Amino acid sequence: MNLNASILTLILLAPLVGAVVLALIPEREGSKTHHIGALIVALVTFGLTLHLPYHYSYSAAPGSFQFEQNLPWIASPAIRYHLGVDGLSMWLTVLTGFLAPIGVLASWKTVASRSKLFFTLFLMQQVAMLGIFLSLDLFLYYGFWELSLVPLTLLIATFGRTENRRRAAIKFFLYAFIPSAILLVGMLWLYVRTGTFDFVTLQAMATAHSISPNGHALWLCSLAFLVAFAVKAPIFPLHGWLSDAVQEAPTAAVMVLAGKLGLYSILRFSFGIFPDQSRHIAPLLIALGAIGIVYGSLIALVQTDLKKLAAFSLLGHVSFIVLGIFTFTVIGLDGGTFQILNESLIGAAFFILLGLLYERYGTYEARDYGGLAARHPWMVTMFVITALAAVGLPMLSGFVGEFLILSGAMQSVAAHHVLWTVVGTTGVIFSAAYMLTMIQRIFYGKIGVRPAEVNGWDLSAREQIMLWAFSALFLAMGVHSPTWMRAIDTYGTLTADKPAHFEPGSFKHLESETYSSLPMHPAEEAHR
Amino acid sequence: MNFDPNWLWYIPLLPFAGFVLNGTLGRKLPRAAVAAIALLFTAAPAFIVAKLWMAMLGANAPLTLSVTGGPWIAVTGFQVNFAFAVDHLTLIMLGVITGVGFLIHVYATGYMAEEEGYWRFFAYLNLFMFFMLVLVLSSSFLLLFVGWEGVGLASYLLIGFYFKRDSAANAGKKAFIVNRIGDFGFLLAMFLLIQHFGSLSFDSVFSQIGAIPHGMTGGFLTTIALLLVVGATGKSAQIPLYVWLPDAMEGPTPVSALIHAATMVTAGVYMVARCHTLFDRSPFALGVVAIIGAATAIFAATIGMVQHDIKRVLAYSTVSQLGYMFLGCGVAAYSAGIFHLMTHAFFKALLFLAAGSVIHALSGEQDMRVMGGLRKRIPITFWTMSVGVFAIAGIPGLSGFFSKDEILYRTFTSTVNPGLGKLLWAVGLITAGLTSFYMFRLWFKTFFGEPRFDEHALSRGHGAHDDDHGAAVHARSDTKLTAVLEPEHDSGQAAHPHGVHESPWVMWVPLALLAILAAIGGYVGVPHGLWGHNEIEHFLDPVFATAGQPEAVLNAAPVSYGLERGLAAVSVLVALLGLFAAWFLYVKKPGEATKIARSVQPLYNLLDHKYWVDEIYGVVVTFVLIVARFLFGGLIDTVIVQGTGLGLSGGTRGMGEIVRRMQSGNIRSYAGWLALGAAAVIAVVLFGLHPFHR
Repeated sequence: MNLNASILTLILLAPLVGAVVLALIPEREGSKTHHIGALIVALVTFGLTLHLPYHYSYSAAPGSFQFEQNLPWIASPAIRYHLGVDGLSMWLTVLTGFLAPIGVLASWKTVASRSKLFFTLFLMQQVAMLGIFLSLDLFLYYGFWELSLVPLTLLIATFGRTENRRRAAIKFFLYAFIPSAILLVGMLWLYVRTGTFDFVTLQAMATAHSISPNGHALWLCSLAFLVAFAVKAPIFPLHGWLSDAVQEAPTAAVMVLAGKLGLYSILRFSFGIFPDQSRHIAPLLIALGAIGIVYGSLIALVQTDLKKLAAFSLLGHVSFIVLGIFTFTVIGLDGGTFQILNESLIGAAFFILLGLLYERYGTYEARDYGGLAARHPWMVTMFVITALAAVGLPMLSGFVGEFLILSGAMQSVAAHHVLWTVVGTTGVIFSAAYMLTMIQRIFYGKIGVRPAEVNGWDLSAREQIMLWAFSALFLAMGVHSPTWMRAIDTYGTLTADKPAHFEPGSFKHLESETYSSLPMHPAEEAHR
Repeated sequence: MNFDPNWLWYIPLLPFAGFVLNGTLGRKLPRAAVAAIALLFTAAPAFIVAKLWMAMLGANAPLTLSVTGGPWIAVTGFQVNFAFAVDHLTLIMLGVITGVGFLIHVYATGYMAEEEGYWRFFAYLNLFMFFMLVLVLSSSFLLLFVGWEGVGLASYLLIGFYFKRDSAANAGKKAFIVNRIGDFGFLLAMFLLIQHFGSLSFDSVFSQIGAIPHGMTGGFLTTIALLLVVGATGKSAQIPLYVWLPDAMEGPTPVSALIHAATMVTAGVYMVARCHTLFDRSPFALGVVAIIGAATAIFAATIGMVQHDIKRVLAYSTVSQLGYMFLGCGVAAYSAGIFHLMTHAFFKALLFLAAGSVIHALSGEQDMRVMGGLRKRIPITFWTMSVGVFAIAGIPGLSGFFSKDEILYRTFTSTVNPGLGKLLWAVGLITAGLTSFYMFRLWFKTFFGEPRFDEHALSRGHGAHDDDHGAAVHARSDTKLTAVLEPEHDSGQAAHPHGVHESPWVMWVPLALLAILAAIGGYVGVPHGLWGHNEIEHFLDPVFATAGQPEAVLNAAPVSYGLERGLAAVSVLVALLGLFAAWFLYVKKPGEATKIARSVQPLYNLLDHKYWVDEIYGVVVTFVLIVARFLFGGLIDTVIVQGTGLGLSGGTRGMGEIVRRMQSGNIRSYAGWLALGAAAVIAVVLFGLHPFHR
């Protein structure tokens, strides 16, 4: 049996079946049945996603989708069950698979009661996220998009940390739901114009400028898409929901709360269906990205609540990606897409570490900590490694992404791109400032108020496994980025403006030489 | 002799292996094993470098070795590989790093013997060696940047080694963040390089610059060069980013010797020399480098004159000496800058290690006001340190004299920025006098006169000393003598009470070897004017005479031996003047210095407070924090962004309430808001919010 033809469906089915089974198993007080079940399901899903990079064909035509499944589902309106991955979505799918068992492990102790509800919702969330990355039919995609809201909202509302959880959940839901409604209108308008929900068809029509002669309507439609995705990402200044949701959400949920879904959707649907409109609005988004970097980092710098700090740090990192992808340069797009992976991993590791502190000392107030380095030598090691990956220390994963993003911004042709590159680059200073301040507050100096009262323990084996997995990935992705970049680059080259823009000037003649004399990229070699 | 280029990989990777071993297993290993691992993985690369030296010296033609590994970053149109290259410049750097580095490792096994976290210290030290070697071996800007940031990380970890002390943790953080400001410039320079040249490899960029007709200078090359200078001022502690280095003395003394004197801080000088093809095309950027260098040299020297902490004197002296190296590079006398880099590595490492030996002898004391008369008590330390003091002061015959004089001579005769040279030479000359003064001040106060320390307290030891001692008032700012010893810095140094004592052999043998190097190291660069052959300049010719306008062309002024000898004589006189002044004020008439200080009180205060630069920067940082907290976090995020959210979730009331109260139309309430805002600003300025001080 050829697994390639059905692998994507299997990836979706595994967590779905798992969720149903977990929902049917009765819950007993103090039992770990649901934990173990969820872990097995998550590991199976992760294993299935690993099939993709092993069998991904780099010699396929650029822009084509692989492992495709394209079946009619509803005749009228024409909705198809169309799944597929390309260089953009492949690693995101694997990433989602990887974070699933980590999320279960992170919830191992914190979820003591109502574990059935928790893990059923958790697995449904997996289904929704994987569905978003795999769907190539707009309607199918929209179903998963809406589905992704429900488990997260319920997780926040039920398992939130403080009394504020319901308010945060409602805020999160409204923030996501209202733009989604407009997104649906946009999709329906597209269907009325073109008679299809199929992404591949729509993308081809967009390239041929045959979607609609009405530029104004098309423009509004592109905004409907972009705003929905921008809120979800979130892009500054649409991040109003983030801080509250981050503060309330349990670790396993907060890991997947922001970033990849919205950003992927921009790259896939905004750029795919509205290439001209996206380029037109790019200068604004570049500006918002650069401002968001500084804004997020500076607010993080003055936070003493660790979860709030993490929320604004997240905003800063997402802003980096926004800055990169809207440059429409190969470097910026590749770096931005690569950074989505990093941001998800670094953010997840960061939230897990904060969760471990909370498990031990029961507070997220940085001022109550202090002097923990001697007590938790392994934890401080992991914290420092994660912080260094986050601030973009070379040889760890964050650097590759940030460097490419910023050099892409310098090469962009958008208005004031030099200014925004400079503004964005200051982020390397501010991010170091808040990360190191945080580490100092928690780990250095004298023993703090809370640790003086409570005795914490260093990392357990379960925690070591999670964190070492992250550290290994930070290092691997920082040292050997081409492994991941090779697939991403096929997407980047296809989406970027051609030819790559270099500053016109006295060096024009030299540049063309440089280009041809550069060592050939492995992906390019494979193409020939 | 043949040298397999693949061996180059092992030069940095061996210390990295040492880091991994000590970092993961070190906690459980006995100290001897930790030390053995650290030393072994530092000695091995030193052997490879020695082999490399022999191969390069044995080669008939100038030789460049290079080796390329796999791609690190590869996207369409831009690729960076793991690639190393060795030329004569790298060779000198490699020799200094592995040689001096190994000696300091040996010293540290003795110095740190009684420290907690012994394994951690050596793991970090090996990590530093790894990054520093990557820095000098790399053949592209980006890989150089890996080492550049990495040594910053190692420096952060080692400055904050005594992390329980707030001052140490603060200093580490400050060093990292200030260096990041420099890196900001470096990054922008690389973005421009990619944009204009499509590559970051030295070969590609420099050959493209070389291909530009010679008439073309300035333009974006100046922009790139100036941004690189921003990076260099951060790493090499030059104005305006030097502020982290004096604080970095919070780290253990071997760290000060290795990282904050001999190697890491010279990375900026190395980088400018490495990119000379670029700088040669921009006289403006060169002028900036020279001015920054000269200004930093004299600025730091004046501060160094009034410091009381023995390590802080040396720290400001390092800043000042780095200024000399910048000055050398800024007048396109790169080989002179590198020559001084090398001799400075010898004598400054020696001075720091000797100072560490003094601190060790006095069980942790660093304040020179309570030293004195140590000459007879710790003779080996005295004699070796004397070599270092005479070398840095520019006493003829020792290494510092030759290298500093070369820089001064080349500055005087420089033709890069006509007119600038003579002025900068005068500044450099005055600095030489100041250097001689403050170094002999240190020498006399430490080793001569009556002992001012409490012998009894020393032999009693400081059993009472605990983790808390960081809280002890630091001697750097107080104005009255502390008669009773407050053990302050390297905490382990206070842990073994046995009176004033000479250091064990693992500590003095490296001292002796470095003293020999500091004495004779200058003879590789005796100028023609002083009947020498200036071997080091010719050795570096293949590097600095390759592309663009070679050093020799930029410095085409007619050689005048008479002038060179005359200038040398003037420098010697100035150095002796400094020696005499120090002797007069601290030996002949010990009370005189205080009287003079009192007679120029405002000036003395200015120097004593280090020109208030830290305070001025503190205000800037506070301003940024106020903007972050009240404008971004308060107004924009809470009122506008969250407010929109409140509106969405039907909670407009809360926001309306705030706005309604603010917009009462009542003049008095507006004035009240205004006053409240002003009070908040003042409160924040007064009471902190300062990230460097929590």
